[in-house]
Amino acid sequence: MGILLNILYFIAFIVAAMAAGWLFRAIVIAISPRAIAKEMRTAPLTASFGLLMILLYTLVAIFAPWIAPFPETEIVGREFQVWDDVNWLGTDALGRDMLTRMIYGARNTVGIAFATTALAFVLGSILGLLAATVGGWMDQSLSRSVDVLMAIPSLIFSLLLLTIFGTSVLTLIIVIAIIDSTRVFRLARSVSVTIVVMDYIEAAKLRGEGKWHLITREILPNALAPLVAEFGLRFCFVFLAISALSFLGLGIQPPTADWGSMVKENATLITFGDITPLLPAGAIALLTVSVNFVVDWQLHRASGLKE
Amino acid sequence: MSDQFADKEVLLTVKGLKIEGRADESWMQIVNGVDLTLRKGEVLGLIGESGAGKSTVGLAAMGFTRDGCRISGGEILFDGIDLRHASTKTLRDLKGKRIAYVAQSAAASFNPAHKLMDQYCEAPVQHGVMGRAEAESDAVDLYRRMQLPEPESIGFRYPHQVSGGQLQRAMTAMAMSCRPDLIIFDEPTTALDVTTQIEVLAAIRDIVEQFDTAAIYITHDLAVVAQMADRIKVLLKGDEVEEADTRTMLSAPQEDYTKSLWAVRSHTRAEQPPVPKGTTPVVSVRNVTAGYGAVDVLTDVSFDIHQRRTVAVVGESGSGKSTTARVITGLLVPRRGEVLFDGQALPPDYRRRTRDQLRQAQMIYQMADTALNPKLKIRELIGRPAQMYLGLQGKALTERIRQLLDLIELEPDDYIDRLPSELSGGQKQRIGIARALAAEPKFIICDEVTSALDQLVAEGILKLLDKLQTEFDLAYMFITHDLATVKAIADEVVVMKEGKVIEQGPKSEMFQPPHDPYTELLLSSVPEMDPDWLTDLLRDRAAKAG
Repeated sequence: MGILLNILYFIAFIVAAMAAGWLFRAIVIAISPRAIAKEMRTAPLTASFGLLMILLYTLVAIFAPWIAPFPETEIVGREFQVWDDVNWLGTDALGRDMLTRMIYGARNTVGIAFATTALAFVLGSILGLLAATVGGWMDQSLSRSVDVLMAIPSLIFSLLLLTIFGTSVLTLIIVIAIIDSTRVFRLARSVSVTIVVMDYIEAAKLRGEGKWHLITREILPNALAPLVAEFGLRFCFVFLAISALSFLGLGIQPPTADWGSMVKENATLITFGDITPLLPAGAIALLTVSVNFVVDWQLHRASGLKE
Repeated sequence: MSDQFADKEVLLTVKGLKIEGRADESWMQIVNGVDLTLRKGEVLGLIGESGAGKSTVGLAAMGFTRDGCRISGGEILFDGIDLRHASTKTLRDLKGKRIAYVAQSAAASFNPAHKLMDQYCEAPVQHGVMGRAEAESDAVDLYRRMQLPEPESIGFRYPHQVSGGQLQRAMTAMAMSCRPDLIIFDEPTTALDVTTQIEVLAAIRDIVEQFDTAAIYITHDLAVVAQMADRIKVLLKGDEVEEADTRTMLSAPQEDYTKSLWAVRSHTRAEQPPVPKGTTPVVSVRNVTAGYGAVDVLTDVSFDIHQRRTVAVVGESGSGKSTTARVITGLLVPRRGEVLFDGQALPPDYRRRTRDQLRQAQMIYQMADTALNPKLKIRELIGRPAQMYLGLQGKALTERIRQLLDLIELEPDDYIDRLPSELSGGQKQRIGIARALAAEPKFIICDEVTSALDQLVAEGILKLLDKLQTEFDLAYMFITHDLATVKAIADEVVVMKEGKVIEQGPKSEMFQPPHDPYTELLLSSVPEMDPDWLTDLLRDRAAKAG
């Protein structure tokens, strides 16, 4: 009976999600200028649901201090309180309000993960495209350096770097971005080596185009689809990396709220059958799924795939 | 109907075949009711332009459609079996065993990771026709019949260790492995040189005759189909135009469209007066020796190209035609020799050339698909050279783009904001021409610009190039392996073989005997519309050799 009920809940959730997606799409089409409305019409329900979720996360992250019922680090009660009218999602291991921590966590985790992934992509794609375009010694030296970086297990390497440079948010972002950019570099390079041998690149070179024009106007538009797809995936991995580092005490430092460490801190509750510690994990899952919905849609359009 | 087959039993009947293709969320009919009857041992030629539905109909004869297509009407009966409603198992038993398929590019169709023999044996062993050992000895026999060199050992090579023509023959042998009743040949010689094409055509024809196999031969080359088919069916945009036996079809086509196909090789460039002595050529290639790594691809190549003249560079693949173009454009630095432009030596590396030197020499590529950036709009594709070299901006630039589109006979309002994927093959090639013109060059290299196009479309491109040459005093270097194109457009001909210039001179002289033996071979290998041409040619060559 319990399983049946759970299945029912699950179906209800999917239906509600799709309905929300549909409603969101209808509203966007109605209120936005024609160009955006035209784009939105091509969005499947999954993508518009994803967009809605990303929008909600963004709003929550931006307006966290106004939405959250309590300050981020204030101890408001006893530890591990159950859900009630004051603390909607109960309290954590130190007695801080769980909902508040979730809301601030959106700001910290999502912000840092996004900044890291974006930086990794800018760095990795530019270098990858450059290596493929210039070739020769440039390609060799960049590729071999990346090989060296990739030869060191990424978690151990980031632990090492963070211990050396300290654990501020900025170093965290830069360290993970550099380690992650090696993966992006490989992808960008392997995609563009097949593009640089095309006749239109030869034509552009013979025209006397500079490197920058070659990379941005001729190669990048053709390499974008796989890069966008990788972005969605990398974003999730960066979440995991930050959570793992937080677990080891080198990531986002307490008392800053972070979804990854929140799972760890409250893990003992799971043994009592309480789902509260899983909520931050759920928030991560929902966001990554949403991002990938949107990425799939864009990928579909960019690559001109048809069923 | 040809009488010789009238009493044979009918193998394949296709009635009212309709096929739909999926485009932008809706189904569009691409074959509108084609009928087809094939008797045992008969060869039917399917011809038409690309997009006529030749391959689609050919594949449907096996009960197969490409992804995104579906058979929406009609019936396909193969030896009494309804292929449209047959179970997957029935179809699987038929395919490879009783119906076989030979694809256009054998190089792309063989699995590069397995030896030819392994791929040959797969079908007979899978279908239980014969055991592995038997299949291997059978393969050697067929390789011998296909006149492949070293038939005993060639099967143990990998596809990349065998030449293109040999691979195509190995593929035909593979299709014969189960002695099928029907083989579908989908443009099996289109990717080959004329001299290689003959060998493959002769081998295919022999083997089909020997085993009394019925075949559907798909091609866009009329002269080839004239050699191969007993009957010809002409298709246009998914409709049948007409069908008749080969001789009737060639001598007395009924429909206007068929007549236009027949007349297509008629364009010839007006004879130009000889260049006055002492004129400085636009481009002069002087004693160029060049190569990759340690190998010399070109040895001591010299020729001149004058203003308003077209020099056709002819030869098989691997003869160094494209390498010559790479030396002229500066992509390949020659070991010895130099390239003069208007009497001035060009820096050998394109990166050292001035912007103006780059502007003066433009290039049009063979594959317009890969020569145009698929993500850029026509506006930017054509506009970029004009913007770079001539400094045009804003309104002036748009005006220039529109002018160029007018020149290549495309309606500016319709096309200026399209992507290359929204154009047909011929239109893409026109954009390639416009991009070259946008730089206002003196000299254009045309690298096999028509070889990927249908004959009617190619004809249009040649006419356009001819018109532009007169209008802008252009010098052309025309790389081609197709001698019909040479006849149509060249003033002078340079014949190349193995990186050397074998013969050069005005067109009128080149097409008159006496020839160099290699030129002779090239000239005699161009298929003619006469259905007896191949038979006669093979007899002549055998007589000479014997």
